[in-house]
Amino acid sequence: MPKIHIPTPLRQYAGKQPAVEVKAGTVGDALSRLVTQHPDLRRHLYTDDGKLRAFVNVYLNDEDVRYLQKEATAVKDSDSISIVPSIAGGCCSIDDFRFAIVE
Amino acid sequence: MATTTEIKPEAVTLSNEEILRYSRHLIMPEVGMEGQQKLKAARVLCIGAGGLGSPLALYLAAAGVGTLGIVDFDVVDYTNLQRQIIHTTADVGRRKLDSAAEKLQGINPFLEVRTFETRLTSANALELFREFDIIADGTDNFPTRYLVNDACVLSGKPNVYGSIFRFEGQASVFATKEGPCYRCLYPEPPPPGLVPSCAEGGVLGILPGLVGVMQATEVIKLILGKGEPLIGRLLLIDALGMKFRELKLRKNPDCPACGTHPTITKLIDYNEFCGIRGEEKPVATGVPEIQVEELKRRLDTGEDIFVLDVREPHEYQICNIGGYLIPLGDLPKRVNELDSSREIVAHCRSGVRSAKAVDFLRQAGFRKVHNLAGGILAWADRVDPKMPKY
Repeated sequence: MPKIHIPTPLRQYAGKQPAVEVKAGTVGDALSRLVTQHPDLRRHLYTDDGKLRAFVNVYLNDEDVRYLQKEATAVKDSDSISIVPSIAGGCCSIDDFRFAIVE
Repeated sequence: MATTTEIKPEAVTLSNEEILRYSRHLIMPEVGMEGQQKLKAARVLCIGAGGLGSPLALYLAAAGVGTLGIVDFDVVDYTNLQRQIIHTTADVGRRKLDSAAEKLQGINPFLEVRTFETRLTSANALELFREFDIIADGTDNFPTRYLVNDACVLSGKPNVYGSIFRFEGQASVFATKEGPCYRCLYPEPPPPGLVPSCAEGGVLGILPGLVGVMQATEVIKLILGKGEPLIGRLLLIDALGMKFRELKLRKNPDCPACGTHPTITKLIDYNEFCGIRGEEKPVATGVPEIQVEELKRRLDTGEDIFVLDVREPHEYQICNIGGYLIPLGDLPKRVNELDSSREIVAHCRSGVRSAKAVDFLRQAGFRKVHNLAGGILAWADRVDPKMPKY
């Protein structure tokens, strides 16, 4: 099954796992199964109208899916999908991080 | 924009003392006399003298970079020492610039250090960058990341990028002529509410060392014009798994900064761009507060006050005042554990997260709920000096 790499900032919403394997035929399929398994991830990856957020980059192996067939890009069992969010840290004071409280 | 820096090696000469100092460079063909002269002629600007800036500046100084600029406005504190290795225990309380300049000069007296005690802003960035060939970004926030990127694109200077989070890092070289910029990768920043939580902060002290040294390596390669710089590649570093992965980055023709029809032709308000208003801290303001002295007095007189600690379990282990622990992120689903008829005082480390908790509880119908002003840090300062601070 294709493997989805979960970056550190999002692991707290994915049962603290570094990677999740899902059965899927396309990148969009894989991500949708991922957020079905881990509903808390949904709002971090998708906007309210169901589009992938602009600051979340999705890679199939080492290629940005924006330059492939986006979410329709086909995946094989041996593929790995990476979610690559932007991180700003250089120093890291705890209170520099803003946080979300779930409504 | 520059592919590599256009540094004229013939403009500088090395003294006998310098030749001896750099002999291990001079005897390798990839550097040699010409390369070492290029290093001496090069001017590198480090944004920040913190986690990434420390190893970066130390190695560039040792390697013989001629001019090193540092932009920082911070003062060394104890919590920096776990990773900011340019500063020592004796430097606590000093300006980072003074501390860093002293160490760099100590390593290499031939180095010219230029210090700029300022926050990098849209008003000063282009002027600061003008005096330098390469910019190394070691900042810690999104507005400055975008500012550094845009200023690099506008001034045609490569942006040697490094970023860290807990035990994960990223490195790349942005804003070269043929390569993508930071905005090609991330056209827009995450909205403030979706940035990882306070409790998820922190960083493995060694990681900025690893990433900062990678940035230093890329700077040196750009100066020498040797090897394959991280242009068009994003290196992902997972220190916990000790795994390195590389992703391809493409120059986006529609990029607002470096695309074929750029819309960013001057520096903008980056706080606004990142959804941050001014310097204001993202604290829920106007929630009712209680001071640590008052809480102590009322607890001592046996009043019925429910102390709610909204930090993470690993923070509770460092120190606590016996509060009931519900991490902020769990509060919505565990709110039923709380009795709204009792008086509740919520606290965290410094009062930021607990203000959010109080705000949330009030919206959930709790009436007798206060935020402990200044959090457990204030408690340690003013009530129990034996309590550790972190």
